[in-house]
Amino acid sequence: MKRFIGFVKKEFYHIFRDKRSMFILFGMPIAQIMLFGFAITNEINNVNIAILDQSKDSETQKIINKINASQYFNIEQKISSESQIESVFKKGKVKAVLVFENQFIKNLQTKKQAKVQVITDATDPNIANAITNYVNAILQNYTQEFKRDSPSSYQIQTQTQLYYNPELKSVFNFVPGVMTIILMLVSAMMTSISITREKELGTMEVLLVSPLRPFQVIIGKVFPYVFLSIINATIIVLLGFFVFKMPVEGSLFLLSFESILFIISALSLGILISTISNSQQTAMMISLMGLMLPVIILSGFIFPISSMPMPMQIISNIIPAKWFIIIIKAIMLKGASITIIWKETLILIGMTVFFIVLSIKKYKIRLE
Amino acid sequence: MNQEKIINVKNLTKTFGSFTAVKSISFDVNQGEIFGFLGANGAGKTTAMKMLIGISKPTSGEAVVAGFDVKTQSEMVKKSIGYMSQKFSMYDDLTIKENITFFGGIYGLSRIQIKEKTAELIYELGLEEVADKLVSALPLGWKQKLSFSVALLHEPKIVFLDEPTGGVDPITRRQFWEMIYAEAHKGTTIFVTTHYMDEAEYCDRVSIMVEGSIEALDSPKNLKKQYNVTSMNDVFLKLARNVE
Repeated sequence: MKRFIGFVKKEFYHIFRDKRSMFILFGMPIAQIMLFGFAITNEINNVNIAILDQSKDSETQKIINKINASQYFNIEQKISSESQIESVFKKGKVKAVLVFENQFIKNLQTKKQAKVQVITDATDPNIANAITNYVNAILQNYTQEFKRDSPSSYQIQTQTQLYYNPELKSVFNFVPGVMTIILMLVSAMMTSISITREKELGTMEVLLVSPLRPFQVIIGKVFPYVFLSIINATIIVLLGFFVFKMPVEGSLFLLSFESILFIISALSLGILISTISNSQQTAMMISLMGLMLPVIILSGFIFPISSMPMPMQIISNIIPAKWFIIIIKAIMLKGASITIIWKETLILIGMTVFFIVLSIKKYKIRLE
Repeated sequence: MNQEKIINVKNLTKTFGSFTAVKSISFDVNQGEIFGFLGANGAGKTTAMKMLIGISKPTSGEAVVAGFDVKTQSEMVKKSIGYMSQKFSMYDDLTIKENITFFGGIYGLSRIQIKEKTAELIYELGLEEVADKLVSALPLGWKQKLSFSVALLHEPKIVFLDEPTGGVDPITRRQFWEMIYAEAHKGTTIFVTTHYMDEAEYCDRVSIMVEGSIEALDSPKNLKKQYNVTSMNDVFLKLARNVE
């Protein structure tokens, strides 16, 4: 036990004296959460649009005022002919053009329908999509008001309700995702680097010649990272809660349990990587390419798994991060208890055990 | 000299697949002697030494180090030996004191023992002024002396030195060998591998490995007489040529 404490103390000296480690450990989670939370977002605000009003009547003016009054759009310019549409898009000043047809108010009153065309710049498909949805919402709102003024006999109204994330905050998606990435990064990459570092320096040999048993060396090396990963997870949840109002509906105990489980699986992956690489660079490359990339792309964090091609969907099943994201989203947003996520938890446990066994085996072979 | 055998090797063999790195070597090392373990790169001396220090399992044959079988009692072997690796193997980002404390700790020294040893070692090496500085600030020669002292912290019966003087200037090498002599004088057995043939002359006995086998084993004086040459370098060259 005393040996173990000494070992862990040494490990903390390494971490605290290395600016790079400190940055990855503490700068990165905060920077990433802030970045994803504030900058990278699917919500739109103050998008510049142009209006082509061919009718210029009281109703089109009402709609234009409504759009202008919303925080989402900013009417950058009014154009007078269809030929100008191309040129305003090409200049890149506006993301969308709203075209009101001729005799808008007359059509509305006589035919009971009038047309508004929404033309969007789809070079950025997400924004184009969002713009269309927002304009639709505003128009719908207008239609309802209009109908109230001149009620017609039948009407169907859709009432949408968004569960678990009523304001469609993208941060609710990003917090679990970033947490997963950070835990993976800290646990797998940092441990694999710190173990290969000892190999590279030749100190690993000295440790193996010492009376310390190999598994004691490994536990001593990974323990600090378990500790730091838990702190990191806590920081991320706290930041999510206080800065972005990301709720934790489910039990904190369950959340910690699942996080520790994921941390352990990532750590065993880190040990596995360290057994197959001989330099810190190799370990870093393997961690980044072999772990981070799949975690970002295939975990469902950024790209929804259900819209991936079949082979990718199948591959995504072997990514522990996928299951972890499902689990923590369920806990944080839906308040799910273990009875709901037991299947995912079991899969994660299975994977963890598999990685631990594999890394121990690999480690032993290397010693022979 | 006390003729008690502290290392006893019989037909020790190590194969990697179809390649035999160490071919059934046998030798003894006496307590308190400086035993030189020589050989060209790839002759198998590192592999042989790894088996003796308990981090590589012999394919066949026996080796008893400090009274313990390396096959079955490698943990006990590890407790009784000190080891200094070829690469400088202390932590650059730890201070001298922290390094000593750490290595003392993993060899199971108590806090009081570590304190006493640290003070003693820093005094002997004259490192008082830099004791709280990071090891990275030390020149290579000092680092190596420190490594050697740290390998001796737990007062092992045998210390294994794997090419300890690589890349060090001649004066420091000289000083280093003085430290080795002083330690051997206290009764510690020194098992040293080296490239430098002039260093071989400092050893009580040397063994020369060529392609996995021990081709010669005696005191430098006898070896020179046997091969009828004036320096260990010539002994080595003669042996290497014989094999070719």
